[in-house]
Amino acid sequence: MYTSLNNRRGFIKKMAVLSAMTAAATMFPGIIFADEQERNLPKGGDLDWKKGPCRFCGVGCGILVGVENGKAVAVKGDPNSSVNKGLLCVKGYHQTMCIQSSDRLTHALVKKNGTYVKTPISEALDLVASKMKETIEKHGKDSVAMYTSGQSTIPEGYVASKFMKGAIGTNNLDCNARLCMASAVTGFLTTFGADEPMGCYEDIDHADYFITWGNNMAEMHPILFSRMLEQKNNRGAKIIDFATRTTRSSMASNKSILFEPQTDLAVANAICYEIINNGWVNKKFVDDHISFNKGLTNIGYGLEDKFNFKDKPTKIDFEQYKTFLEDYTPEKVAKYSKVSVKDIKYLAAIYGNPNKKVVSYWCMGMNQHTRGTWINNLVYNIHLLTGKISQPGNGPFSLTGQPSACGTAREVGTFTHKLPHGVVMNQKDREMAAKIWKVPVERIPSKPTYHATEMFRAVDRGDIKFIWTQVTNPLVSLPKTGRYRPAMEKDSCFVVVSDVFPTPTSDVADVILPASWHIEKSGMYGNSERRTQQWDKMVEGPGETTPDAWMTIEVAKRMGYGDLFPYSEENHAEEIYNEYTQFHEGKKHGMAPLEVLKKQSGAIWPYVDGKSTQWRFNAKYDPACSNGKDFHFYGKPDGKAVIWQRPYEPAAESPDKEYPFWLNTGRVIEHWHTGSMTRRIPVLHKAMPNAYVEFHPDDAKALGIRNGEDIKVTSRRGECILPASVNERGLPTKGQVFVPFFDENMLINDVTLDAFCPISKEPDYKKCAVKVEKV
Amino acid sequence: MPIISYLAHPHDGKKVELLEALSTMDQCDVIPAENKNLLIVVTDTETDEEQDNLKERIEAVESLKLLALVSGFNTPKNK
Repeated sequence: MYTSLNNRRGFIKKMAVLSAMTAAATMFPGIIFADEQERNLPKGGDLDWKKGPCRFCGVGCGILVGVENGKAVAVKGDPNSSVNKGLLCVKGYHQTMCIQSSDRLTHALVKKNGTYVKTPISEALDLVASKMKETIEKHGKDSVAMYTSGQSTIPEGYVASKFMKGAIGTNNLDCNARLCMASAVTGFLTTFGADEPMGCYEDIDHADYFITWGNNMAEMHPILFSRMLEQKNNRGAKIIDFATRTTRSSMASNKSILFEPQTDLAVANAICYEIINNGWVNKKFVDDHISFNKGLTNIGYGLEDKFNFKDKPTKIDFEQYKTFLEDYTPEKVAKYSKVSVKDIKYLAAIYGNPNKKVVSYWCMGMNQHTRGTWINNLVYNIHLLTGKISQPGNGPFSLTGQPSACGTAREVGTFTHKLPHGVVMNQKDREMAAKIWKVPVERIPSKPTYHATEMFRAVDRGDIKFIWTQVTNPLVSLPKTGRYRPAMEKDSCFVVVSDVFPTPTSDVADVILPASWHIEKSGMYGNSERRTQQWDKMVEGPGETTPDAWMTIEVAKRMGYGDLFPYSEENHAEEIYNEYTQFHEGKKHGMAPLEVLKKQSGAIWPYVDGKSTQWRFNAKYDPACSNGKDFHFYGKPDGKAVIWQRPYEPAAESPDKEYPFWLNTGRVIEHWHTGSMTRRIPVLHKAMPNAYVEFHPDDAKALGIRNGEDIKVTSRRGECILPASVNERGLPTKGQVFVPFFDENMLINDVTLDAFCPISKEPDYKKCAVKVEKV
Repeated sequence: MPIISYLAHPHDGKKVELLEALSTMDQCDVIPAENKNLLIVVTDTETDEEQDNLKERIEAVESLKLLALVSGFNTPKNK
């Protein structure tokens, strides 16, 4: 036994060294520890290394999980993954540590007389099915809803869609990717007619400039940022950080440019003005491949229940667009954006230089924005005017926050308006779904119902009487949780929550279902660069934990839809994937077959003739291009991408005398989203034990606030008390405070505003007005 | 029985000095980077109290500019 302890300590010590080497490599790309690196990798013994994608962010790093005697004992980066090339971030390394948490949900819990009672899972699933059926019989099929996740696997998302839209016949399905990626989707669809980035991570190896738009990649996408730093150090590539807050990314960049919240819209237009005014337009590209549109303006903010908006595109020409941009000269925009004329011209000159390759990266800063679709359009405009798109090292690249926001939420389509191919509004798409699902086409409704925010408003109003959430924690992550927590507590709605750990959302559930974690089931994720990655079940989950897909199938069977779900418990993930890929057959979105995904660390769609397509819409790389030209934007009927005329419009709520500060919220490197997993990993919890409110030092001084003092942050909706942070992790601009949202004990989303982009319906978590006071 | 790893940043020109100072400490392994001004430090102690004392001694070394925690593992006794 003593020898065994020594071995175990030796192994853990090696893992500690490996983690430190990884952290060092993130900060100093190319750092060498000579043969120590090899020597310290755990080798031999009974370890069986199994491949898969990381559980956390949308980068989609490949991991190898070391399994010994049926337990996951180590994680290392997959050297065969082109995404991370063996590197992982601090969350990635420690991910499996959460699964043995002492408060793991191992059995179903049913609330009886106000107390949770441990219940056999088959009995709990009987109850879920009977409640759902009874609710439909009493109140109609649109009285039940499912709310899923960008962390659901592809099979989980697929069966949820088939169950709700194909079996029950309601579009009451939406997901938490609405809170993070919906503006990216509507941006892609309005500009290109096809969702998801045209480029891939290999762009990093070719670009001369990386311009990050409101995107703290050093903390949110650390492995990609480390690859960028490597290019900066090795060949002089430059990183320009354009943001509202100084972060670790700003500090590591060549240049940091700060702007007033919401004015990114104006700055993007000013860059386009400069490109045209200086004759930097790639005229041939624009003539051959671009059309021009304008949409409606003064489009609202979605603050009222049942808000409705539909954009109305109108064709314009280049001259009309040029005239529109006259309101956005650098001199005019500098006055309200707080970006200097010199810096606007500097950014424009980078994009306008035909000899420099530029990649723009963004994530929540642009997506969680009441004009999220517009700002996505406007950054595309810059790349389209200059023809810097769909080529190695040149392109706009919208990053995702969750591991399968692309693969599941967007490609499978777990939004109310989506189907696995296309949208519910389109007759042909409904016919395709009905054929593959073997259901009558008239069962699939043609009208979308509730997007995420409106779904929880409907719970509050009593319109939704049954809701089932999977792989998500909305009562920490929704905006304005002060309204939606009491809504979910109402007796008018029966709440089912599937999760791995207890959360503030499971606290209000009538039934809690114990879900399998990531490596306790088989599945597939799709990452930001259109890469689908597969993994096989690696370890057994505890107690009666069950994959979410299988729980959905079991409920569907109990409701009489068994013939639509003829999958086996052992192989359902693979059987579902094979059915799903029928939706995407062809050169535009063909998915890699299962046998390919099992052999290699992912494949990028469109997967055509045994090859991944790294750059879409470019005839040199993309076999779907068929117009005989060098580029083909085949998502649009005329084969042309659209430059959109979109103005600057103010935020839904801005600081005033009563509430004089902007509130910006976001993440920290140590924690994943609402912290339900990472706060159960001791090393991560110890490194960042609680949330905080970050001040500019001048504001802190003026208010007499010192580090660590308790501060009450109050908006018109609610309040939250947190310790002050001055000159620590990040530096907000004067007049702004920043709060991370991972801490369920300090619910900053009680304070945020549920305003959203009227086109994408994605809420803006980055801008509302608050006051701050010492407690 | 904590095992903790750190990144140790030396003051300019003091990397060798820091390496020598840390190498003399019991329960402390040091791995210097070959091409950057950085060392990895791993401490392996029996109790939290021992760990805190060792950390204090490391932080007192003059050639050390910054000690950054990377990861910590607690291994229960008799397992």
